[in-house]
Amino acid sequence: MENFTPISATIGGSLIGLSAVLLLLLHGRIAGVSGIAGGLIVPVAGDWPWRLAFVLGLVAGPLVYMALGGPLPEILFPVSSPLGLISAGLLVGFGTRLGGGCTSGHGVCGVSRLSPRSLAATGAFMFTGFVTVFFIRHVIGG
Amino acid sequence: MSKIISAFAIGILFGIGLTIAQMVNPAKVLSFLDLAGNWDPSLAFVMGGGAGVAALGYRFVLRRRRPILAEMFQVPTRTDLDARLLLGAGLFGVGWGIAGLCPGPALAVLGLGRSEAVIFALAMAGGFTLFEIYNRALMKSK
Repeated sequence: MENFTPISATIGGSLIGLSAVLLLLLHGRIAGVSGIAGGLIVPVAGDWPWRLAFVLGLVAGPLVYMALGGPLPEILFPVSSPLGLISAGLLVGFGTRLGGGCTSGHGVCGVSRLSPRSLAATGAFMFTGFVTVFFIRHVIGG
Repeated sequence: MSKIISAFAIGILFGIGLTIAQMVNPAKVLSFLDLAGNWDPSLAFVMGGGAGVAALGYRFVLRRRRPILAEMFQVPTRTDLDARLLLGAGLFGVGWGIAGLCPGPALAVLGLGRSEAVIFALAMAGGFTLFEIYNRALMKSK
């Protein structure tokens, strides 16, 4: 566990929670990234500008952090083959929309409301995530 | 206009939170999912910090009659569990376990100019689109 960073994780997580609170206070919306970004695919008049603005802000976030003097975050892709990235991206895109949320919408916002659907979904994606990594790293790659 | 500017700013805050928490690093996310390896529990602290702040903030925000910049709150009210929820979350977890990216971090790393991030994000948008096609076909058949 030498890579364990509980303090920066809690601070970063709290900022994510704060942005979720602000999105509800100002826009009345749940900060679920898959729902906000997925809603851009079939644009609804009047509804897409705030979605696009949120997504662009999310893309700009790390750059703003670096402009404010933050260090360049370490980024390592253990899986970098196009086949791996494309199959993972398709599963994440389709799965989050089918299941109505991802780590932010279900895992942070839904869990904070103790929503039964979000608690179940979070349990399900954690479980299949654990199993997938176990299979890739310790069964095939072991 | 205030809606667009505030959504952009909230997206930036979300992206800074992900950066500080190092969730933009797929290797770190995968080391959380690797229970049998060199386990790093940081991600649980990100979700815990986020859910904690959201739980507190939501309680105050939802006492209001309406959000500041919108007509009404749009918070999910369903509490039933169905196959679609669990299947979607399960598929999402498999993709998450392959690449170590979920929708928020996938968008936040885009700005850092890595080709892996671009390939994943395009595939994720493809997954969002496949869901819209599937959903439309399902609606028609009903």
